[in-house]
Amino acid sequence: MSDKSVDTSKRRFLVTMASAAGGAATLAVTAPLIMSMMPSARAKAAGAPVEVDISKIEPGMLLAVEWRGKPVWVVNRTKEMLELMAKHDGKLTDSASENAAQQPDYCKNPHRSIKPEYLIVVGICTHLGCSPTFRKEVGPADLGTDWPGGWFCPCHGSRFDLAARVFNGSPAPTNMVIPPHQYLSDSKVLIGVDQGVAA
Amino acid sequence: MEKLLNWVDERFPLTASYKAHLSEYYAPKNFNFWYFFGSLAMLVLVIQIVTGIFLTMHYKPDAQMAFASVEYIMRDVDFGWLIRYIHSTGASMFFVVVYLHMFRGLIYGSYRRPRELIWVFGVTIYLVLMGEAFMGYLLPWGQMSYWGAQVIVNLFATVPFIGEDLSVLIRGDYVIGDATLNRFFAFHVIALPLVLLGLVVAHLVALHEVGSNNPDGVEIKKLKGEDGHPLDGIPFHPYYTVKDILGVVVFLIVFAAIVFFAPEMGGYFLEANNFIPADSLKTPEHIAPVWYFTPYYAILRAIPPILGSQFPGVAAMGVSVLIFFALPWLDKSPVKSIRYRGPKFKIALTLFVIAFVGLGVLGILPSTPLYTVLAQILSVVYFAFFLLMPWYTKNDSTKPVPERVTQ
Ligand code: HEM
Ligand code: FES
Repeated sequence: MSDKSVDTSKRRFLVTMASAAGGAATLAVTAPLIMSMMPSARAKAAGAPVEVDISKIEPGMLLAVEWRGKPVWVVNRTKEMLELMAKHDGKLTDSASENAAQQPDYCKNPHRSIKPEYLIVVGICTHLGCSPTFRKEVGPADLGTDWPGGWFCPCHGSRFDLAARVFNGSPAPTNMVIPPHQYLSDSKVLIGVDQGVAA
Repeated sequence: MEKLLNWVDERFPLTASYKAHLSEYYAPKNFNFWYFFGSLAMLVLVIQIVTGIFLTMHYKPDAQMAFASVEYIMRDVDFGWLIRYIHSTGASMFFVVVYLHMFRGLIYGSYRRPRELIWVFGVTIYLVLMGEAFMGYLLPWGQMSYWGAQVIVNLFATVPFIGEDLSVLIRGDYVIGDATLNRFFAFHVIALPLVLLGLVVAHLVALHEVGSNNPDGVEIKKLKGEDGHPLDGIPFHPYYTVKDILGVVVFLIVFAAIVFFAPEMGGYFLEANNFIPADSLKTPEHIAPVWYFTPYYAILRAIPPILGSQFPGVAAMGVSVLIFFALPWLDKSPVKSIRYRGPKFKIALTLFVIAFVGLGVLGILPSTPLYTVLAQILSVVYFAFFLLMPWYTKNDSTKPVPERVTQ
């Protein structure tokens, strides 16, 4: 081998190996940085169940409590509300609560709750996460005469009935989420723990 | 003095850089009104960085304290109100300036060969600027801050498969909270400004490599005089430094008028609901993004969920911004400037401007069935401008382009 010719294959090998090692090292350093952005141990531990006294909610009224940083509504639905609610199944996207991700099994029923009158729902629109406004009045001017009472989302106009089921034509794709919950007594509900699981 | 300069020049290209970028940087002699906005964008960038530093001295990136610390800046810090209003007005004016700057690119074909990279750096600046504005908007921790961030972060959650994890990664929590505020602060005050500065440098390096375009879309470097300088070029300094200073003076008068007389701009620069502290249990009755995001917001709302997923609307919104990148390759016209383009391009551009502004207005208004249909029509026009461009620019009846720039 004359000293003018250079062994490029060895050089290329070295460059490739060095780049690969450098790339691997970069990835190894980036990973902990990205992982540090995930919820911390403290954030994961937050979200203890919340106990709510439902006896003070007047018929037709809504109580909002905070669970895991989100609003959870407890609504005491009246007889009339429940009757009206059953009349518009045809206008709903998922009237029978077929989408299993949106409620626990024990709430897969027409009223989407354990006790028919008490609806317990995470008050977050399934579109992009705003908290819809409670519009219980029947047939108000702005929502139309056939409005049976429910929620209207101010962000992009999704509509939900009093079982938090979404009306066809809303930007929200699914019904609002029913959180796991259980009754500790007739007047106390524990939100965040499934029925049948020890609290 | 002379000696000192020589001493520096032997160690650092001071005189050489001054000549290369100012006194012997030849720019076309026919710049007009539309050429003010590049230097104005740099001015606003400096204003934002300086006022931002002073706001950071008093602001607290903590969900418990953020809102109160902004009130404190407004009421108790000497001239705090002034610094904050300059910063908030600067954010909106940045977009005013950048939109006009981009429009100049559209009418004079400044994105065309050989300036594709100037354009690509520019669109990237625009994207980073949107991120910067969005994250800054969370910091006052008012109702609009909170719910605006909630909606925008949830846009990422609609991405199939990885969306949910992605949104958690962005928030640092399962809901918008202290972790989110703290990291947005880090991005807003250090990460994105650094990226912006780097991009602006790249933008200008690319510009000075190929030289500016001009209202005639003529390449001045093609015809050079005996001295080797373009026949239609004049040195940037003193000619354009003086011109740009005029622009700066007029701009600052307008800017100051807004800061002192209408800092909230009737709710468009600072929204009324943001004077209420963030409440995670209640969304304000009417939420709309700040004006500069509304065209995209209207596109998002115009697209209904498909197969139970909101992702198509989100994708359309993303594409509507990213499509600007493709412009240099969509335009097949033999000419650059609107002065020599045919009627097809002029009509297309007019429709595009109407669509963009129209969508911007619709994005501010609450959605009604009629407005939704309107937004859908305008969204189609918006995309048609880009997607049909190869066709209508190719068989347009263009006029002959002169050799030299006109007056
Ligand atoms: C921080 C934001 C920005 C700054 C500081 C900035 C700065 C500048 C400056 C100083 C110039 C030369 C002067 C002029 O032509 O007006 C320029 C030219 C240009 N900019 Fe920007 N710019 C910014 C954002 C953008 C954006 C968002 C785009 C497009 C998406 C863009 C596209 C261009 C183009 C195509 C040119 C060349 C224009 C021509 O030669 O006709 N810029 N920019
Ligand atoms: S967040 Fe409720 S409709 Fe979009």
